[in-house]
Amino acid sequence: MHPAVSVIFFTVTSGAGFGFLAMIGLGVPMPESGPGAFLACLVAGGLAVMGLISSTFHLGHPERAWRAISQWRSSWLSREGVCAIITLVLFGFYALFWVFFGERIAPLGILVAIGAAATVFTTSMIYAQLKTVPVWNTWMTPACYLAFSLTSGILFAGAFGHWQSFAGLSVPLLGLVALGCAWLMKLLWWQNGGRATLEAMGSDTGTATGLGFLGTVRLLEKPHSGQNYLTKEMVHRIGRKHAAKLRIISLVLGAALPLALCLLAMFATGAASQFLLVLAVFGLIAGLFAERWLFFAEARHAVSLYY
Amino acid sequence: MTSLPTETTGKKLGLVIDLDTCVGCHACVVNCKEWNTGGYGAPLGDEDAYGADPVGSWLNRIHTFEVTPDNAPAQIVHFPKSCLHCEDAPCVTVCPTGASYKRGEDGIVLVDESMCIGCGLCAWACPYGAREMDPVENIMKKCTLCVDRIYNENIPEVDRVPACVRTCPAQARHFGDLGDPESDVSKLVAERGGMDLMPEQGTRPVNKYLPPRPKTHSNTPLSKQAAPADKASGGFLGWLDSALEKL
Repeated sequence: MHPAVSVIFFTVTSGAGFGFLAMIGLGVPMPESGPGAFLACLVAGGLAVMGLISSTFHLGHPERAWRAISQWRSSWLSREGVCAIITLVLFGFYALFWVFFGERIAPLGILVAIGAAATVFTTSMIYAQLKTVPVWNTWMTPACYLAFSLTSGILFAGAFGHWQSFAGLSVPLLGLVALGCAWLMKLLWWQNGGRATLEAMGSDTGTATGLGFLGTVRLLEKPHSGQNYLTKEMVHRIGRKHAAKLRIISLVLGAALPLALCLLAMFATGAASQFLLVLAVFGLIAGLFAERWLFFAEARHAVSLYY
Repeated sequence: MTSLPTETTGKKLGLVIDLDTCVGCHACVVNCKEWNTGGYGAPLGDEDAYGADPVGSWLNRIHTFEVTPDNAPAQIVHFPKSCLHCEDAPCVTVCPTGASYKRGEDGIVLVDESMCIGCGLCAWACPYGAREMDPVENIMKKCTLCVDRIYNENIPEVDRVPACVRTCPAQARHFGDLGDPESDVSKLVAERGGMDLMPEQGTRPVNKYLPPRPKTHSNTPLSKQAAPADKASGGFLGWLDSALEKL
């Protein structure tokens, strides 16, 4: 699949933004009110909104984007729009009370956290629902999206928050555990991806043309000498060239670096610890950009069987 | 509404494509483009149409495949591909705006172009590559089964079939109601063993493909068939053979 920059940016930043929103909603210790609270809200909400705005850049008609919230009964993309808007509106009220009155309304925060999780889940289901892309068509896709969103959220909350521990666990340790779980899930996803091929689903050029019963089928001549929308969008092969290198880059920047920084932060205190977590966030986000590029570039679509 | 229609008439309009007779002339492709660039909805856009790298939206394309049996020479099969108007159309249910829909009255899958936001998810959901984004209008284009021809009382009755069917010089394309077992197309499908493309995707396509008829294969190996005869026996050719031999 063609790795569109707008969609990669959208899934990574809105995933991080909604993860941060969820952590705030769950009540992790943050600045009491005022500028500190405002900054946290701006970053969390900003990341989520920026991602959503970026996702409209790949639309042919962004001015009609509002129509996308109408089909929530059948469409995951529509559900995502609905969940995102509800969550952001709820968070808007939560932020208002927090920044101006120093009051964090716990039940509202829980609703924000649920909404944020639902938004990330619906985003992942846009891809996981597609039978045409077997490597995406697994429960592990939502699991990875949710795990990375939560991990980004914990690191962001650690970088911005006034807290040393939550539920008895120190923040860097929480980050460490979350990072480990998320990347373990991703490794499982990659392992599954190696098996979940079109051929494993029973599809090949023989079934695509119905001619398999006659013998071995191979494309002799394309319908057109140049490119078309299908070959550009769904038979994209460029990104696969450096797949192995990109996987290492994503693991070094997104896993090894933040893990090491979290480990260091466990032995640091106060501002130093927070600074290390800020660096860890940058590493994770950079790693996730590489991971998300591969998510699209390595995915094989059923239509490639015709080309 | 992008849910599939719950109330249907049982009518399933679609195409039956005969892979045995298709000669791969691309006339259906061209006539489809011609009709649909001036008919229903926005024109079918092209970019750099007369330049070095033309790209455009087409609703029907012909691939050419080579099939090699285990014990016989390879054969060529021309393979026209357009929307199959699936009964469980995944392109319809993924649409976030309601632009993509399947009609209850005849099963045609259409795009309401004024509602389409051009997100491209329907094209991702289609295993057959039946949908293409228009590079000029930025909306999704697909086969309409020439909905503006088949019910059009302003054109002669003989023309009230999809443009691709009307133009096919080999009569490899047939149009009709595949929901009616007594229709000509349904009988053709039953008689020739019409098949679904990628049935494992669970889309239940309405369009059917008729497989190539079995070839007759000579028992003489190809190398022998093409080799020169040892000796002509008798007659003029026999005389010529021996005369040339003596030279």
